Amino acid sequence: MNFIRFSAAALVASVAFAGAAHARDQIQIAGSSTVLPYAKIVAEAFGEANSQFKTPVVESGGTGAGLKEFCKGVGPDTIDIANASRKIKDDELKACKDAGVTAISEIKIGYDGIVFATDASNKDFVLTDKDLYLALAAQVVVDGKLVDNTAKKWSDVNKDLPDEDIMAFVPGEKHGTREVFEQKVMDAGCKAAGAADVIKGLISDAKEAAAACHKLRKDRMAVDIDGDYTETLARIAANKTAVGVFGLSFYENNTDKLKVSTVNGVTPSVETIASGEYPVSRPLFFYVKNAHLGVIPGLKEYVEFFTSDDMIGPEGPLAEYGLVPAPDAEREQIRSDASAGKTL
Amino acid sequence: MSDAILTASVPAVRRDIGLKRRYAAERRFRLYGLAAITIGLVFLALLLTSVVRKGYTAFVQTEISLPVTFSEALVDPTNKRAEDPQILAKGKYDKVIREALAAQLGFDAKDLKSGKAADQLISPSARVELRDMVLADPSLVGKTIDVSLLAEGNIDSANKGQIDLSVPEARRKVKDQQLTWMQQLKDAGKLKFAFNTGLFVNGASSRPEAAGLGVAAIGSAVMMLIVLALSLPIGVAASIYLEEFAPKNKFTDLIEVNINNLAAVPSIVYGLLGLSVFVNFLGMPRSAAVVGGLVLTLMTLPTIIIATRASLKAVPPSIRSAALGLGASKMQMIFHHVLPLAMPGVLTGAIIGLAHALGETAPLLLIGMVAFVANYPVTPMDPSTALPVQIYMWANEAERAFVERTSGAIMVLLVFLILMNLGAVLLRRRFERRW
Repeated sequence: MNFIRFSAAALVASVAFAGAAHARDQIQIAGSSTVLPYAKIVAEAFGEANSQFKTPVVESGGTGAGLKEFCKGVGPDTIDIANASRKIKDDELKACKDAGVTAISEIKIGYDGIVFATDASNKDFVLTDKDLYLALAAQVVVDGKLVDNTAKKWSDVNKDLPDEDIMAFVPGEKHGTREVFEQKVMDAGCKAAGAADVIKGLISDAKEAAAACHKLRKDRMAVDIDGDYTETLARIAANKTAVGVFGLSFYENNTDKLKVSTVNGVTPSVETIASGEYPVSRPLFFYVKNAHLGVIPGLKEYVEFFTSDDMIGPEGPLAEYGLVPAPDAEREQIRSDASAGKTL
Repeated sequence: MSDAILTASVPAVRRDIGLKRRYAAERRFRLYGLAAITIGLVFLALLLTSVVRKGYTAFVQTEISLPVTFSEALVDPTNKRAEDPQILAKGKYDKVIREALAAQLGFDAKDLKSGKAADQLISPSARVELRDMVLADPSLVGKTIDVSLLAEGNIDSANKGQIDLSVPEARRKVKDQQLTWMQQLKDAGKLKFAFNTGLFVNGASSRPEAAGLGVAAIGSAVMMLIVLALSLPIGVAASIYLEEFAPKNKFTDLIEVNINNLAAVPSIVYGLLGLSVFVNFLGMPRSAAVVGGLVLTLMTLPTIIIATRASLKAVPPSIRSAALGLGASKMQMIFHHVLPLAMPGVLTGAIIGLAHALGETAPLLLIGMVAFVANYPVTPMDPSTALPVQIYMWANEAERAFVERTSGAIMVLLVFLILMNLGAVLLRRRFERRW
């Protein structure tokens, strides 16, 4: 009986606790799992360098989910920063404004390269976006008509490629990486193969024509991976001849197990991506709720700390982990925009 | 006459009652049972060996012990520590480590290339460790002491043989020069394995060598306490009322169906519920163990109610009749006789529910507990994570050293579960009564 009485009291107490508004002394961040490793490095270094502030809490869960939480409103019970592996969309921005989150700073932290890699036991792989398109598209153009893709081996696509079955592990539709893959590889390959114009002639609707370019085949040659890069790595270990799509930072941490393939003759590296030579990359961002600056302790300092060259610069820990730093002038611009509190 | 012949001949042939067939059927059935158990055991053994084989190395950690000199020029160049001890926090502790390495390994501390390669032998966390040492005891400035420093994650992996060293140097995280230095340190007895206490006491870290389960274990423990303190009394009270007092009508039938349904609802749904009720409506903080505990309480309640009702039903009606017949009130009958007899079943249900809750990550994702939390929670309202969440997050890391830590964390979680189940067995023994 005493026990029951005690727990009833505990229940009441916990609800009463919750009702009391509480001030937050810790920055809360949510969003993209691609940005997560970088945000973790910065959060940890920030906590170590500033003993008066607690280490920020960084949630994972995806760009979309993070921005949704971010746009819930203003106040200590909403998050302060959303990490994003793509730009905020117009409808998300509208949702933000509707909820009273009007002043948002967009801060670019650098670029993320997307690489194609095979098991380390393979010979060097030399790919072009055209090869990838012809090997992985659901439908290709033959004699001016769209027909189902029948290529079985890489050598069917390009006789310089090895005589091995086509097998590619591609991030699933829920990943932001997939969008980049579609735009920067499939669409570019579609154009390079001369298929884009033919498709435009066949399909009048522009959206559908674009979709036809980057639709992947479903006959087990292009496999969607809904998990993370660790799953792709495990699948490649079991399927030695398959090609997998990875983030540059993941590849750089596993260079002894993976061999990267060149795309259009360029080997992906921090340098080639920064210069724009390597085609498959995307910018990474975080979004700051300006109304929380000066309210949540440490938020202003965190933004300053993140944008400093000690973090996002070419010698910083983020570049070492695999982030491609923005060019010098752009970083300068990012810093001045951030300190001026420039909003979207 | 013919009858007599018949009766005489019949006993010679035994009536076929299918004895052979029935024995064969029993033997087959036993074989099926044995096969089922063997399959179960084989899978358990496979799981355990793969986890243990990958994970046992996580419990030791490479450390490099060095004589470190906290020279004033690096730690406090302006010599102001007497007035402002905080100035010591700004010292160049990375240079302190580099100089110690240079002295030990015999390269020129001014040689940037060697210096950078040598820096990568030691975890970046070591700087913070040294800084905190000096802040705690400013008299260390100018002295030389022996310090054990954490080796960097890749060096640790290489020392454990987890990095393939046969591939060309350019494609390895650990370079030839660093391997030579490792050998040099090892020969001098400076580089050795130590028990990885950090795995149990540190919070999350982006550096594998400094990452630990501390915050996650505290978070899990707090959540389990909340679940136990709330779901056991609520669950038991609900089932006693439903079983002993409530009238049997359409409404109570509806409640019963609903409880059974709730037990089968995917756990992510409870996360959505927790997000909208506790976080958005009641304004509780995100990522807090108290919210996680409440969500898991909701998830555990149906399991406990179903188990409790079943064990209440299993108490023989004769006990109830005897108690009532001797003049006990209905409440006395329940609390003096029925509930104590049903207790083993109730506790089993509660522990199964708790063990289930301990392993959940999906509902915690939505209330923000799948997160990087480095600071220890002081109250249940502070951000924290849970053990399975930490396993999930480590499993997605790119660094090699996190692979063994993932398996190591699984082993820790398994130990947690074994302890809980052991507790259940002991409690059941203590309460067990026979009639």
